[in-house]
Amino acid sequence: MDSGLILWTVMMFVLAAFVGHHVIHGVPTLLHTPLMSATNAISAISVVGAIVVAGAEYETVRTVLGVTAVAAAMCNVVGGFLITERMLKMFKGNTGPKDGGR
Amino acid sequence: MPQNQIIELSYYVAAILFILGLKLLSSPRTARQGMHLAELGMAIAIAGTLLDHHIITYTWIIVGAAIGTVAGIIIAVWTPMTAMPQRTALSHAFGAAAAALVGISHYYSEGAHLPSGEMVALGVEVMLGSLTFTGSMVAFAKLQGWLPGTPMTYKGQNIFNMALLAGIVTATVWVIVSPAASTLFYAMVGFALIFGVLFVIPIGAADMPVVIALLNSYAGLAGAATGFALDNKILIIAGTLDGASGLILAILMCKAMNRSITNVLFGAFGKAPEVGPDTGVKGSVRSITSDQAAELLASSESVVVVPGYGMAVSQAQHAVKELADVLGERGIDVRYAVHPVAGRMPGHMNVLLAEAGVPYDKLYDMDQINDDFPRVDVAIVIGANDVVNPAARNNKASPIYGMPILNADKAKSVLVLKRSMAPGFAGIENELFYMPNCMMVFGDARKTVGEFSAVLKQKARAA
Repeated sequence: MDSGLILWTVMMFVLAAFVGHHVIHGVPTLLHTPLMSATNAISAISVVGAIVVAGAEYETVRTVLGVTAVAAAMCNVVGGFLITERMLKMFKGNTGPKDGGR
Repeated sequence: MPQNQIIELSYYVAAILFILGLKLLSSPRTARQGMHLAELGMAIAIAGTLLDHHIITYTWIIVGAAIGTVAGIIIAVWTPMTAMPQRTALSHAFGAAAAALVGISHYYSEGAHLPSGEMVALGVEVMLGSLTFTGSMVAFAKLQGWLPGTPMTYKGQNIFNMALLAGIVTATVWVIVSPAASTLFYAMVGFALIFGVLFVIPIGAADMPVVIALLNSYAGLAGAATGFALDNKILIIAGTLDGASGLILAILMCKAMNRSITNVLFGAFGKAPEVGPDTGVKGSVRSITSDQAAELLASSESVVVVPGYGMAVSQAQHAVKELADVLGERGIDVRYAVHPVAGRMPGHMNVLLAEAGVPYDKLYDMDQINDDFPRVDVAIVIGANDVVNPAARNNKASPIYGMPILNADKAKSVLVLKRSMAPGFAGIENELFYMPNCMMVFGDARKTVGEFSAVLKQKARAA
């Protein structure tokens, strides 16, 4: 990477941090546990880095490391999104007839 | 369009969908929709990556992805909501491991020739990934009960840890300057793995919300560093979002305890009961039976439940919801007051109560409900202790002095459901228990709450 490109990348990092700060502050305490599993699932995007390593037919050691990384990251992608959805499904507003008498 | 541009475009779309997804988490009404967007983003990014011209064979990718998918489904389907903190710690470990492994693999074949810019990123990636991996595993073991939840300390621990960290950073810098020093690189990995363990063992189970949030942040930053090393924009963006989220949650948790991050990490809080100056706790504790407590509830108009980790331990959330329904049928208003650090991870109590079917508009944050307590007839404290200890307000000698607490003591009557008189996590007496408006109901919380419901139902039938 030349220095101009590095500068761009660093600027993107800073922008992402700003966006993250802004967006995360909008999440109510109520949803902090799902938030954590959601960001965890999203950051498991590192699976794309692992995929390239696992599929590139490098030396055996690299392939083994890559496949392990794909498995670990994929576990977070699938597990993270599924469990976030499972939690979010449970959060219900006070709309049911059973809760009528408030 | 050339392959590379398609891949870049897929990452760009994924980044937007991730940000939108998190944005929609701002309300429980839109949250699921947000997650669908994030999932779509993930699918697009993965599909785009499969076009990468470095990929020659898909066999190993499929093998890894299949193993991970099966493991992910098993974990997601079988984890009980009470075990969510452990699951989260484990997922941080996996995320960090993935980052570290990609970094090590990168270094393994190209290490000696990497330009210093990439080496900086790779060093940070592998260092953070390794220490977060073992740190998260220890957090997992503590939360799962495989390791004792109390802080494990020894003399000179902080100094030793700092020295080890300094050594790791020095080794990392050295490797960045001269990338060919591969022995040093692998030694750095080993020391970072050890540091992760040593860093978390002195931290008590009740401080885990902060630790989990912080490890979340590290795992995210390790991912972002991976992005720098591979010049992969989506990794930088997603990792940074995760890092920011973890850091913000850690800071919120610390604020909610009025403690600094340094104090949480190095204070070994809850290690030994403070034998400080006289805590001023005087008088006797009043213990009543479930029948008496149910009578009190029957004559109330407004009830607030204050849940704590004890509710999770005794799995009392469903019994609590049932009690709320029984009270609701009598026209009694039931709300829930959730302290930010109740439980073992941010938002833990909210998820448990939601699981039991409590509508989320009955769940109140500390700031929303604290002024209402004087108008509340009965506050039921279930498995919470330090978060309702008035010593935090008025006893300067108390280790929790200054921590914002729920004003449960200001309710007209307080029922405390507790196994025994054992002190809370901070190892300090709770002045609340000795107050004239406070009554203790000893026993397992789930059983006790069930008895309340049974008595109230019987009364309803008799009437």
